[in-house]
Amino acid sequence: MHPLRNHKSYVAAFGHRVSGIALILFLPFHFWLLGSALGGADELDSLLKYSELPLIKLAEWGLVMFLGLHLLFGIRILFLEFTDWPSFKSKEADKRAGHLVNLVVPATIFVLIIGFIFLIQAW
Amino acid sequence: MSLDESISHQSLLKVKVWRGKEDGQWMNYEVPARENQTVLDVVSEIQRKLEPGLAYRYACRVGVCGSCAMTVNGKPRWTCRTHVKKVSGTGELTIEPLRNLPRIKDLVCDLAPFIDTWQKAGAPFSGIQTRHQEPAKVDPGSKARKAADAGLQCINCAVCYSACDVVSWDKDYIGPAGLNRAWTLINDARHGKRAETFNKAFGEGGCGSCHSQGNCTRHCPIGLSPSESITGLKKSALFGLPKV
Repeated sequence: MHPLRNHKSYVAAFGHRVSGIALILFLPFHFWLLGSALGGADELDSLLKYSELPLIKLAEWGLVMFLGLHLLFGIRILFLEFTDWPSFKSKEADKRAGHLVNLVVPATIFVLIIGFIFLIQAW
Repeated sequence: MSLDESISHQSLLKVKVWRGKEDGQWMNYEVPARENQTVLDVVSEIQRKLEPGLAYRYACRVGVCGSCAMTVNGKPRWTCRTHVKKVSGTGELTIEPLRNLPRIKDLVCDLAPFIDTWQKAGAPFSGIQTRHQEPAKVDPGSKARKAADAGLQCINCAVCYSACDVVSWDKDYIGPAGLNRAWTLINDARHGKRAETFNKAFGEGGCGSCHSQGNCTRHCPIGLSPSESITGLKKSALFGLPKV
């Protein structure tokens, strides 16, 4: 990894952007599916049957995980921008800039584990 | 024992230096590794003893002017304030010009695009009083003055500009130094164009483009925090300009 990118804040910013792009790509399909209900229950059900396919279930799990990641990395941004977060003020930024990521990463792992349990149950 | 003989018994430092412009190449040199040696010492030794045509910039040699900033082992630094032992864990150095700026020759880059970003950020100070008026009374303990003071020591070395990934992606982005300067002016009661400065700093290529990676704060040689200045600008967009 490039020396300028080998730190937690970069990983957080990158994760935030990638998960955001994934959601942008997903949301039109999501709303299209919901919109199909306007044509009646049969039309919606005919599309929902595809959600029983394992590949679709895996994709849905991934998208929910991206949503969780985007939320958590977004909370990081809100903390940095709306609080006097010390890492942005100190010369010791190298040591302290990752503190928020230290909170986000365990939370992300927790979300992934919970999501995986739901995935297995739904399989 | 002569100086040359004493050096021959010392270990050698392997140095890769960028020669030419964008289409240049890496050149390898070996210089004696010394007990106390800055990266600028290494560059100077190469230029004086091995490669007289090597182009590089420096002036004060003591971390005041910022003109010796280069990319050392992938990170932008003041070479005069960077001890070789601090960065050459593998016994090797790679030295190239600052990133995100046009290269002129070897280790020298063109700072004009960087200086232009200050203008783009609405950085020129615009006084509102004449010499016939009393000087403005500024409370040094006020929140706004403290915010201005926190960013005022910037000496335009372009290290933060070089470190910023968003600058490398988006050529319209003003960058950390220009936005930091805008934030100091917005908090300055004597500046007559606070709203205009804010509009420029928040406009196209302004503070909204920052991704909060923190590379600017991480690499600023004097410990300023452009990241915090940028968050101040973003907050001003929501809550209005700070009271001065």
